[in-house]
Amino acid sequence: MTTEDSIVAAVADAVRTREPLLIEGNGTKACMLRPVQAARSLSTSGLSGINLYAPKELIISAWAGTPLPEIEAALAEGGQHLIAEPPDLSGLLGSTGKPQTFGGIVATNLSGPRRVAWGAMRDHVMGVRAVTGRAEIIRSGGRVLKNVTGLDLCKLLTGSHGTLGVITEITLKVLPAPEATGTLVLPGLDAAAGVGVLSAALGSPYGVSGAAWLPAEAVGRVAGLAGVAGSATLIRIEEFAPSVAYRIGRLHDQFGVAGSVVLDTAASRSVWKDVGDVRPLVAAAEDAVWRVSVRPSAGAGVLDALRPLGVTGFLDWGGGLVWLAGPANTVTHTAVEAAATAAGGTWTLVRAPDALRGAVRVVPEEAAPLARITRQVKAAMDPAGVLNPGRMYAGL
Amino acid sequence: MIRQPDPKPDVMVRRDSIVAGLRKLLPETGLIAEPLRLKPYETDGLSAYRQVPLAVALPETTEQVAAVLRFCHQNGVRVVPRGAGTSLSGGALPMADAVVVGMMRMNQILDIDYPDRCAVVQAGVTNIGITNAVSADGFFYAPDPSSQLACMIGGNVNMNSGGAHCLKYGVTANNLLGLKIVTIDGEIIDIGGAYLDAAGYDWLGLLTGSEGMLAIVTEVTVRILRGPEGARAMLAAFKSNEIAGACVDSIISSGIIPVALEFMDRPAIHACEAFAHAGYPLDAEAMLIIEVEGSVEEQDRLLEQLSAICRNFDPISLKISQSAEESLAIWKGRKGAFGAVGRISPDYLCMDGTIPTSQLPHVLRRIQEMSDSYGLKVANIFHAGDGNLHPLIMFDANNPSSFHAAEEFGADILKLCVEVGGCLTGEHGVGVEKRDLMPVQFRPHELTQQRDIKSAFDPDWLLNPSKVFPLLDSETAVLPRAA
Repeated sequence: MTTEDSIVAAVADAVRTREPLLIEGNGTKACMLRPVQAARSLSTSGLSGINLYAPKELIISAWAGTPLPEIEAALAEGGQHLIAEPPDLSGLLGSTGKPQTFGGIVATNLSGPRRVAWGAMRDHVMGVRAVTGRAEIIRSGGRVLKNVTGLDLCKLLTGSHGTLGVITEITLKVLPAPEATGTLVLPGLDAAAGVGVLSAALGSPYGVSGAAWLPAEAVGRVAGLAGVAGSATLIRIEEFAPSVAYRIGRLHDQFGVAGSVVLDTAASRSVWKDVGDVRPLVAAAEDAVWRVSVRPSAGAGVLDALRPLGVTGFLDWGGGLVWLAGPANTVTHTAVEAAATAAGGTWTLVRAPDALRGAVRVVPEEAAPLARITRQVKAAMDPAGVLNPGRMYAGL
Repeated sequence: MIRQPDPKPDVMVRRDSIVAGLRKLLPETGLIAEPLRLKPYETDGLSAYRQVPLAVALPETTEQVAAVLRFCHQNGVRVVPRGAGTSLSGGALPMADAVVVGMMRMNQILDIDYPDRCAVVQAGVTNIGITNAVSADGFFYAPDPSSQLACMIGGNVNMNSGGAHCLKYGVTANNLLGLKIVTIDGEIIDIGGAYLDAAGYDWLGLLTGSEGMLAIVTEVTVRILRGPEGARAMLAAFKSNEIAGACVDSIISSGIIPVALEFMDRPAIHACEAFAHAGYPLDAEAMLIIEVEGSVEEQDRLLEQLSAICRNFDPISLKISQSAEESLAIWKGRKGAFGAVGRISPDYLCMDGTIPTSQLPHVLRRIQEMSDSYGLKVANIFHAGDGNLHPLIMFDANNPSSFHAAEEFGADILKLCVEVGGCLTGEHGVGVEKRDLMPVQFRPHELTQQRDIKSAFDPDWLLNPSKVFPLLDSETAVLPRAA
């Protein structure tokens, strides 16, 4: 599809013929969540290009099919960046040979390490255009940074995996890219001790913008951490160069251990790119992958609870984000669900063979009153059920 | 004037039995039905509009909220949620046949968790109350609306309130983790929790800013942040709005994002100086308050860089605060701006549009032209970093034609905001005040889509039904569209 109107026509046709559509960009995240039951697909990849970039207003607008690297390059030229640091999960999800799209990263609301301090993709979506399941183009939000006019459908559509509307254009808040980055690497702490340090660092006045813990086997997968023995606890500062030096120094004074290392800007960027892209995760090709979000102090416990089942993982977001890989079967899946639930958190089945992801819940079941609202909102946006049916919940 | 839907006759005639029924669900002092005691609830921060409600319920627990809503749902009674009643857009304006559910008795802080940097509070805790509970440990709750001494977190959630420090810390929506809500049929639902990015649809995002139309919020899990080592402000005065606007552009382009970047025009400077004696330059046409954070050395370096930028724009004066006291003095005028304007003019309307920042000089010029043609004075305060404009239109409430002109003037400003690429409201909400302007920003089917979402939560349109959307014929307003 190369125009919004052609998307409208395609959705209208799907409604008329009652033939559901698989909604996608370049399909780089097609294997996330549940398989979509649709004979036809609708791709936004032809709807591409930046419509507005106003660096002084901290705003960029682009069609949903725009390759994300194109957005990142335009921002880099303006000395700015995507605040939520969205990851490239092709290492986990397999490469299609094509880059992920702007629409794809918004529709899945995936954010990187900076999320812990600066918010998720959904926090920076200032405006969207989308084609609903009624084949109508709707707009929500706009091109300004503060806007509470009407219901916030930007947030509803962000992370809705194409099930409520085909996002066609997104306007995003951006910020100046930091001049420098520094990382304090503390070797040898176990997960609980590492999270304790990360909590203290995130609770310090120094504006920590990355806080991760990697077990030894994960450290070995990160080129920028070559030479670090054992586990690694990582604390990042992004600021003007003198502030990075000062703040990393203070953090080192407070939390440094024997063998602590400070990474410079280039090494830091490489390490955090790997962490965001989930490169440290030790996952065999046939393994399932889960993403669990809990209160940070519960993250280490989730790892401990699942280790006996052959599940490995690492922690980001100060301990609150737990990436896990393990055997792709219902026993393990149920155990992951139970561990996340026991920790009071949430979880997503990110990757699994079709047989498993088609058979189990891929996100937590909602309580009955909320599930009822979910069905009614889906019906309000997509009454004929033609947009990515079954993607998030079976039968919806 | 604001049109309200007709009171439901069947509800009005059953008033006594409805009051008696509600009384059974609440603590002894939890229901108000005497006309004199209802009076304080007849209006909110938009005091031009008044309507005494049918009754006021003051629940003390989530279960009581659920019981009240279940009862109202079963009896077809409309409900208007209320926090501290500080809404400037009339979000808590009652209806004659509605029960106001006041949340002020749910004012407990339930949990503070420093390692996980979050707190769980009831909806009736004030905004400043959260910060006060954690400030001794160096933490704060970031959104800081001007009404923060009085306004309650439940109201902040429903209006997605902002403040002067949003440029760095975001608005309410960016500082929430979870909610406990009660739906109109009395179901209690937990949304999110003490973790980031709940899986499934972003109900937290949709509920935030939903102006009491989807559910009643009873508990909120907020992010609390560790404060910086320190903060300091500077003040820069310029010869024209254009020059000050260009300076704002230049600051943002430099890569420095100040924690606050406030713009005041000449009338606002004069009003605030007369009130607060903050040392504002009275010969300036426009003034910026710029605040930075960090260690003393970091503040010094940033303020020197910002001063260098400001010097490129031929400033009338530059004043860098040398101490926390001087910073407070610089902020004192800005924070007292509403009171200051209130001293010049007993009555004023505080507008709240957002514009692309590049449009600031054009918009201020047009507002001045409108001010001349309406014969009403206006002072402009502007969160310059994020484009959120607050024109304060002064009028005389004893003169009905003056009030009418002020409303029209305000509507013209908001239409202008939309015309230049902005929006009707940046942080005050639509409420009843801007309800009838919604078609300026949204096409009919877009409003219908939003109405359909409300219907998904509240099929009978009992929750704050006369807000946000222009009134339709009452029947069509409550009917969801067929597939």
